[in-house]
Amino acid sequence: MTGLSFNDPFGTLGNLIRTFLLGLGLPAPWVTFIQFLVGSVVLIGATLGGGAIVLIWIERKVGARFQDRLGPNRVGPFGIFQNFADAVKLITKEDITPSGADKVVFNLAPLLVVMSVVGLWAVVPFAPSLIGADLNVGVLYLLSIGGVGTLGIMLAGMSSNNKYALLGALRAVAMLVSFEIPMALVLLVPTMLAGSMGTVQIVDSQATWFVALAPVAALIFFISSVAEIGRAPFDLLEAESEIVAGYNIEYSGMKFGLFMVSEFLHAFTVSALTAVLFLGGWRGPGAETYPLLGLLYFLIKSGAVYFVIIWFRFSSPRVRIDQLMALNWKFLTPLALAVVVVTAVVQKLAEALGWPMTPSLLGANILLALLTLGVLRAYARALRQQVEAQRGPDSAPAGAVGGA
Amino acid sequence: MLQPWAFIGIFLPLALVLAASPLVIARVLAPHKPNAEKLSTYECGIETVGETWIQVKIQYYIFALIFVVFDVEAVFLFPWAVAYQQLQLYMVLEGVLFIVILAAGLLYAWRRGALEWI
Repeated sequence: MTGLSFNDPFGTLGNLIRTFLLGLGLPAPWVTFIQFLVGSVVLIGATLGGGAIVLIWIERKVGARFQDRLGPNRVGPFGIFQNFADAVKLITKEDITPSGADKVVFNLAPLLVVMSVVGLWAVVPFAPSLIGADLNVGVLYLLSIGGVGTLGIMLAGMSSNNKYALLGALRAVAMLVSFEIPMALVLLVPTMLAGSMGTVQIVDSQATWFVALAPVAALIFFISSVAEIGRAPFDLLEAESEIVAGYNIEYSGMKFGLFMVSEFLHAFTVSALTAVLFLGGWRGPGAETYPLLGLLYFLIKSGAVYFVIIWFRFSSPRVRIDQLMALNWKFLTPLALAVVVVTAVVQKLAEALGWPMTPSLLGANILLALLTLGVLRAYARALRQQVEAQRGPDSAPAGAVGGA
Repeated sequence: MLQPWAFIGIFLPLALVLAASPLVIARVLAPHKPNAEKLSTYECGIETVGETWIQVKIQYYIFALIFVVFDVEAVFLFPWAVAYQQLQLYMVLEGVLFIVILAAGLLYAWRRGALEWI
């Protein structure tokens, strides 16, 4: 951190502000405070603004392509100003608080949801020297702040005094809370591999990306993240064909807008977290010397994961709640426990026996995946035989349940 | 050591304030003409019947209990995971033993039918 260098624009900018403020004669703690304030405003502005304007546009465009449509294309080139128009519309809409609602909680809930999503970005390392706060308990911070969002959704549904919203809130309780278990367990894997809970340390130790060392863990994290953001195929909490809009049914105007922005932003946030925890974050050729390049790599990786989430959303039907809970408790949670055990034991064994680390961990993961698939196959087969035995030998095949 | 937390301490309240700012702008710009019809609960055009804040079924309570058990135990595992690189094999196996006990608890809940969504 000495002098000016154009290789590292973020560090240079921070130093410039610091020297300038110190030059004005302010005491050092105040300078730090102002620096943090500026950093916070920039980070929140970038995430909220980017989330509101760019992400929604991207998602609508890409999603339209998945459904063989054009997407927004009227306002501005390629419809890029569509979201500005939407924002203006939402801001000028009347804001209704239903008469039976719990007013304080009703108004607080959208703010909590947005805060939790934006709060996650405080520990995301964008580039080698660009991070809000390098907490030494970063992973736990992610879990706890993510929990605030769940709380916000629950409060929104409960305070609306609407039965659809209540159903949405109850589903949110059951679902979001359950999916935090495999997520928390699987976060142990990058923690173990890096020997630290800090996100910076986790990225630093990914000379080989953790997705190569723990592909099963990465997959579990990805699936439970998609469930955590309440997206299709896990969008039970706002299933529009069943409970109209779920937890945010009574929200109108900008409060609804906040829910929408936070949902889109949350989708990108978990993509970014997947990139940070398993895809090496900002790592790539030349990223150490040119942090801007690191930022680019980070955005590309997050964008790739985000694309897969959009793909999920537009191509899979909604699952039933009992299927969802079974997926979580009977599949993801035991698998997450197994992944933690396998990673822990295999890494130490490889150290003790002198095996190469990456191939042995990768091999163990592939073995675990094959074993899981084998168990699932045996289970599905047993289930089918059970169904066929009930139907008798010459009835329709088991797949045609709907016709019965 | 505390400096990152100072950032968080500034960051989170600021996030709350900045999230509230569009609501404040909307309060100035948006019309505000409430009437009884408009403020009534939305239920596809039908008058709502009965209380909304009702007792819900016990299933949620059971899942919440299992959640608490697992989440707390996951938090216990984090220090072990942080120290993992410095641990000997037998210490790792002790952690594994803990996870096995956890898995036994899951199996117990499973066999008792607590994981069935009725």
